[in-house]
Amino acid sequence: MENDNLMSQPNGNLLEVKDLRTYFETEDGIVKAVDGISFQLKRGETLGIVGESGSGKSVTNLSIIRLIPDPPGKIVSGEVVFNGQDLLLLTNEAVRKIRGRRIAMIFQDPMTSLNPFMKISRQLMEMTQLHLGHSKAQAREHAIKMLETVGIPDAAARADNYPHEFSGGMRQRVMIAMALSCEPELLIADEPTTALDVTIQAQILELIKTLKRETGTSVVLITHDLGVVAGMTDHVIVMYAGKIVEQAKTSELFALPGNPYTKGLLKSVPDPTAEQGKLYQIPGLPPDVAHLKPGCPFAPRCEKVQEICHREFPPFVQLNADHYSLCHFAREVYAESGGGRVS
Amino acid sequence: MSTDPDLIHIPPETAITEGEFVRGTSLWRDAWRRLLKNKLAVFGLIVVVLITISAIIGPTVIKRTTGFTPDYIPTDDIRLIKSFPPFTGPDGKFSWTHPMGTDNAGRDQFARVLQGGQISLFVGIISTLVSLLIGVSYGAIAGYVGGRVDNLMMRVVDILYSLPYVIVVIVLLSMFRSQTARGQLVLLFVALGAVSWLTMARIVRGQVLSLKNQEFVMAAKATGVSTPRIIFRHLVPNTLGPVIVYATLTIPQVMLTEAFLSFLGFGVQAPLASWGSLASDGIQNIAIFPWQLIFPGVTMALTLFSLNFLGDGLRDALDPQMRTV
Repeated sequence: MENDNLMSQPNGNLLEVKDLRTYFETEDGIVKAVDGISFQLKRGETLGIVGESGSGKSVTNLSIIRLIPDPPGKIVSGEVVFNGQDLLLLTNEAVRKIRGRRIAMIFQDPMTSLNPFMKISRQLMEMTQLHLGHSKAQAREHAIKMLETVGIPDAAARADNYPHEFSGGMRQRVMIAMALSCEPELLIADEPTTALDVTIQAQILELIKTLKRETGTSVVLITHDLGVVAGMTDHVIVMYAGKIVEQAKTSELFALPGNPYTKGLLKSVPDPTAEQGKLYQIPGLPPDVAHLKPGCPFAPRCEKVQEICHREFPPFVQLNADHYSLCHFAREVYAESGGGRVS
Repeated sequence: MSTDPDLIHIPPETAITEGEFVRGTSLWRDAWRRLLKNKLAVFGLIVVVLITISAIIGPTVIKRTTGFTPDYIPTDDIRLIKSFPPFTGPDGKFSWTHPMGTDNAGRDQFARVLQGGQISLFVGIISTLVSLLIGVSYGAIAGYVGGRVDNLMMRVVDILYSLPYVIVVIVLLSMFRSQTARGQLVLLFVALGAVSWLTMARIVRGQVLSLKNQEFVMAAKATGVSTPRIIFRHLVPNTLGPVIVYATLTIPQVMLTEAFLSFLGFGVQAPLASWGSLASDGIQNIAIFPWQLIFPGVTMALTLFSLNFLGDGLRDALDPQMRTV
């Protein structure tokens, strides 16, 4: 393990996840919530993680900051290299110093992720007092500044309100203010807009985008909304049943998907310009990750399914420099989309 | 970080439409309003406050105005019977000097009841505080840590629960019988506090169990807050509602136990007095001087009633299910 080298790794990666496996022991057997995930995130870039509910998106990110409830969860193997340090090898105390200070997180539901019994100001102050050693006065000043930054009007007065006196959108702004108050190098946003209505969603995403540009923070954005991914991210990972099924640059993924699952997802996005017929839907349900069959996990729902799909686990095919797809017929699908003439 | 407002796409003024400054009602103000609507609880609150105030300042006021103290035994009176009925002077005529009469030794009963109130309330409050301190920490730690630790800690509580606690207290008090009255009082606090935290621990554990999986705890963990801080700064304040209710109901319970013990002669020792020891003194002469039992007894009953009404009122006021505006 290298030293805490702030000037990042030579290849410019802030975060490298290698073959991460997080399993949960349940009465139903071992649930492989995350099963061999690898990805990299460069400084200042945004990575989108897309997938259905239960595909392992959130578990991946909780594993990164080691917040998997143990028991029943366990990170079985893998490396999470952040700034040249494998977080999985650090002591709890050391990880605690990184959480919030260098890796911050925004949660899905702003309604429940603020402590209902603490004033907004105190929750914000806790962060900087803890990590930056601010005095009470300093921390308060910083908290109000952060609230202004995220667009809370009359921040000085509203800082002393309790969370229930804020609306959902405002609470998510507070969460963002909290997450960014120590200027972290990595921001993990776990479905930050799922619980908000559409107009507020747009505002919050715009806010994250702006603040990211200002601070140069890298962002991991977890979502199941492909629209959000398209507008926000540089790279996308599509997850299914604890595995990465496709990984590509955002523009490439939308233009030339190389996996039947991604194609299905893209087809399910309603097109406002087209005539509204019956909306497309991928048939079936995501598999039970406790009892996976040996073949491709997506096989039972796949349009292009062949006999081999049920028998053998598909390879992770490289389609071009940074486009990978987990499919026996990745090249065919990619070609069908119009790509792959060069490779 | 730069905070140049021009860089932010959404100007703050338009960002949030309901941005007007609203002083919302906090949970506590809400609860207070509901409590005031409950007549019995308000009655209880007033009585408790009155009795507490008069117990604290009463003995001093009586000493200033009439010269009686709880321990003052008139020596100039050489008659055999020194117990006067209420509102009766030594001459058998109506008089304001002893509104509750006098006791066997001729001491002013009113002053003694007020002094007994001091001790009784003190025992109730201190023991409840002890039970709060131990019970809340114990329950919160057991609930948050969970697993084997929780199991072990709660089995200890179960075992202590299954012991007949009055007997435990009696054994404790008679084993470590102190020479001085004050020492005995301290022992009483310890003994009562040591057995009254069990239910509190269970209540807090239950609350913490249901709270610890909420997202704000995860959010606190994700910001690097340490475990003790999560337990005591984030979780314990969230359990305050039930804790306050139960604490209010523990005070009369402890006071009753204290009275019971003093009545049996294990609790407060002379020259100190509590309502229980006064009643115990009074019962010996109940046939001839009934006021010596009636006054401390009625005062205590009134206080316990009031505390129970108040506790019930608080429970209704702090219960979110009752929220109907």
